[in-house]
Amino acid sequence: MARTAVLGRLNWQLGNVAELVQETPRVASLVFDVPAWPGHLAGQHVDVRLTADDGYQAERSYSIASAPEDPRLAITVERLDDGEVSPYLVGEVRKGDKIELRGPIGGYFVWRGGDDRPLLLVAGGSGIVPLMAMIRHRTAGKSTTATKLLYSSRSEDDIIYKAELDALAAVGDGLTVAHCLTRTQPPGWRGYARRIDRAMLEEVAWPKAQNPIIFVCGPTPMVEAVAGHLVDMGFDAASIKTERFGPTGG
Amino acid sequence: MTVQQSDLKLDGNAIAGLLREIFTMEMTTAESTCAGCHKVHAVGQVEVYMNAPGVVVRCPACGQVQMRIVKGGGRYWLDLTGIRSLEFSA
Repeated sequence: MARTAVLGRLNWQLGNVAELVQETPRVASLVFDVPAWPGHLAGQHVDVRLTADDGYQAERSYSIASAPEDPRLAITVERLDDGEVSPYLVGEVRKGDKIELRGPIGGYFVWRGGDDRPLLLVAGGSGIVPLMAMIRHRTAGKSTTATKLLYSSRSEDDIIYKAELDALAAVGDGLTVAHCLTRTQPPGWRGYARRIDRAMLEEVAWPKAQNPIIFVCGPTPMVEAVAGHLVDMGFDAASIKTERFGPTGG
Repeated sequence: MTVQQSDLKLDGNAIAGLLREIFTMEMTTAESTCAGCHKVHAVGQVEVYMNAPGVVVRCPACGQVQMRIVKGGGRYWLDLTGIRSLEFSA
């Protein structure tokens, strides 16, 4: 990757790690000060590049977790033990470190806000990250867009942003959050206790007549199952945007 | 980690950075017309396989290979045979 000139208007720049937040045992958020950050839309990505002492470079793309209104840029990374990049970002990086970044990237899976259509967000695991940027954008912009989040995690300990989501849902400004836990549930759990299925979507989703904008993000099999159910339920395919997470994220 | 075949399939969002390098434009909102079935999809919607030595892009409707992209040795190699047209904002 010596020929950075071919990148046109998108160049690598250094982000200064300002804060680290352990979200779950395997997931951490990295909050950067990026002096020349051009701004982003909720749902966009940033590429991260690590360079080893011998010059070997590895690049990964991460969804941006922070709202466009936030002066700092946040990503949330799940540690994959056999990954090249994530074990460094979750576990090795310290406050004050400088990391190479470029972005923002993408434009298909974004929510700009500012329209009247309700929002249905469906997340699996770390697929919550771009959807959290949308929820934070909604909050920062004092939007009251009616929004429902259906969020599937393995266990209660694996729920990313749990406290923040609980607090935002408690405000009562039109955001509701439904959790499902697929593997283990704590005693007295009142949410769903299975994978997302059509019956669950029928309970949570907005009526078709309200013409919601729908974003689905998670592992490929989950995304395809959910999108398939939503189309079968009669939602307009053009209103369903999907983004698949895969093992290449390591 | 056990990797299943279905897990290897991603979508056009995963190559937004690579396409941005090549085209110097935001390309996930570009609309590509499949040379096989002539259906139109946003590049963000297409099927992407990244575990080969290069990237293989397939039509989500008919499975036709639309793009193959290899990057290495300071060069890009781009095969667009499977795309009839690509339309995007100037």
